[in-house]
Amino acid sequence: MANDAVVDQGRRRFLTATTSVVGGAGVVLAAIPFVKSWEPSVAAKTAGAPVVADISKIEPGQKVTFAWRGLPVFVVNRTKAQLDALPGEDTKLRDPKSENAAQQPKYAQNEHRSIKPEWLVVTGLCTHLGCVPDFFPDLKPEPFDPNWKGGFYCPCHKSRYDMAGRVFDGVPAPANLAVPPYHFVDDTHILIGVDPGKEAA
Amino acid sequence: MGTTMTRIQSKNGVVNWIEDRLPIFSFLNSHTAGYYAPKNFNLWYYFGSLALLVLVNQILTGIFLTMNYKPSAAEVAPGVSAAFASVEYIMRDVSWGWLIRYMHSTGASLFFVVVYLHMFRGLMYGSYKKPRELVWILGMLIFLALMAEAFLGYVLPWGNMSFWGAKVIISLFGTIPWIGPSLVEWIMGDYLPADATLNRFFALHVIALPLVLLLLVVLHLAALHEVGSNNPDGVEIKEKKKPDGTPLDGIAFHPYYTVKDIFGTGFFLLIAAFIVFYAPTFGGWFLEHDNFVPANNLATPEHIKPVWYFTPFYAILRMVPSFFETAIWGVIAMFAAIVLLFLMPWLDRGKVKSVRYRGTGYKVALGFFALSFVMLGAVGAGVSAEMIPKLFGAEADSTMIENLFGRFWTFVYFGFFVFLWVYTHFGFEKTKPVPDRVTMHD
Repeated sequence: MANDAVVDQGRRRFLTATTSVVGGAGVVLAAIPFVKSWEPSVAAKTAGAPVVADISKIEPGQKVTFAWRGLPVFVVNRTKAQLDALPGEDTKLRDPKSENAAQQPKYAQNEHRSIKPEWLVVTGLCTHLGCVPDFFPDLKPEPFDPNWKGGFYCPCHKSRYDMAGRVFDGVPAPANLAVPPYHFVDDTHILIGVDPGKEAA
Repeated sequence: MGTTMTRIQSKNGVVNWIEDRLPIFSFLNSHTAGYYAPKNFNLWYYFGSLALLVLVNQILTGIFLTMNYKPSAAEVAPGVSAAFASVEYIMRDVSWGWLIRYMHSTGASLFFVVVYLHMFRGLMYGSYKKPRELVWILGMLIFLALMAEAFLGYVLPWGNMSFWGAKVIISLFGTIPWIGPSLVEWIMGDYLPADATLNRFFALHVIALPLVLLLLVVLHLAALHEVGSNNPDGVEIKEKKKPDGTPLDGIAFHPYYTVKDIFGTGFFLLIAAFIVFYAPTFGGWFLEHDNFVPANNLATPEHIKPVWYFTPFYAILRMVPSFFETAIWGVIAMFAAIVLLFLMPWLDRGKVKSVRYRGTGYKVALGFFALSFVMLGAVGAGVSAEMIPKLFGAEADSTMIENLFGRFWTFVYFGFFVFLWVYTHFGFEKTKPVPDRVTMHD
């Protein structure tokens, strides 16, 4: 550069702007690998494969918890009395008809929220902040609800769900317990993680 | 400038040689002996230096903990992760490991004790007001970084409360519409808090956030030294100067306040040592009982609650019901509770800084604000849930009573900010005359 050079301000502005834009784009692009590195790794995704649940030993009124993707999945064998109590709960619930489509697949959007009426399959995580609700199957008054007809009670923030995992009105949880994709392989086995008629991913 | 920069002329040739190339001694001198602070500091002015002391404690003890801690959720025994086992190893087998760990865990709680008192001091004496808005905002950023740091640290022992606390806090992000669920998976790096989560939280806890904290502390002090310290009278000492140009009511930070702070440090260390040696869990308040149980993703602790310093915000989260099929409102309220503090310099339009000369309305409101913080803390920690059956009998609808109680104090908390703006913006405040110079009681 000559000692007495006249600065071309227009050119300087242009160069500053283009350098900033190109440099900024470079920073954004370079950030992508770092951001993506936080996604579940291939190993974590593989560990999230579907799970076969053997339900032959589950007695009526009993709940067994299976782990799928590290999430607790409740499988409940509901009794006739528990199923009969479900319609009577409708007025106390936030979403009695399971209209929130995000909380269950189409095949579980019914009165009992399941493929077979007696078999309830739900993710055992409170839709408030993800605690595991406790199972209170008996149709008898409980300290948290004198008119209890069986269901789930979250110890963290006192959300209540009925025997179909439908959330009560006026509790912190906003939605019904989620029904994971599942189907019956045969009468005594459920495959958790795969919709009916689909191949295991 | 709040500091006076004078070039040090030393008899020591080495010092002068360095000073000619890097005036580091002049710089340090200008921020200690050359920094003039008001002469009327009281007890409330200990907490800034104590916060720095605890920060140093956390960094030193933290470095030594990393030498034996293993950030791994892999099982080393049935149901026991390497992380949990390594913390037990530090406690039982490493020479003096128990002391280093208890200094770190006690330090975390005392950090918040000190910081909350430091912040309350700012509210009392109007230290957030012009020209100290940036000092306040940088301080609030430190508070935010500190909360993140404390949360991440609490996850590391991978006890059952670590796991479920992490799950609940990460789930907060899941309430954000559309991106929520995938954001949660991104944060955890898995479908639940797992090895990947623990490992990245460790990285953030020991390197990323400490760097941010240190940078913010430097900026906080730099901004403070530019505008100068406030004082219990809220009088600007720079307005009256001695012939030599130093403030008439100012005294050099070193040696006068270094000596005072050393006294405070001694007193503080006495209390801290008592807790470290005789009550390190502090009855489940500093280290929760459920965190002495290894993490179990299939069993929730009976009561999930955060450590005491988060409970006021946690209570606000719980007290706001969900509607329109989303739980985001509680999350918004919780963050708003912190955002409003950031806005204090602009919400409070009053010109008088110190509570000594402010209207009665402000004194009462500040008292209620502090009370709401304590009451919400009690709700969040489950104290009210325990008390209600004792006070109202076992038959009482404890959920309803707790909600009424918690929501009342939530309204008081937010009401403080609304009241303050109305009170000062529309000129309802009747202030007392502010003295020309600081008042001393000698």
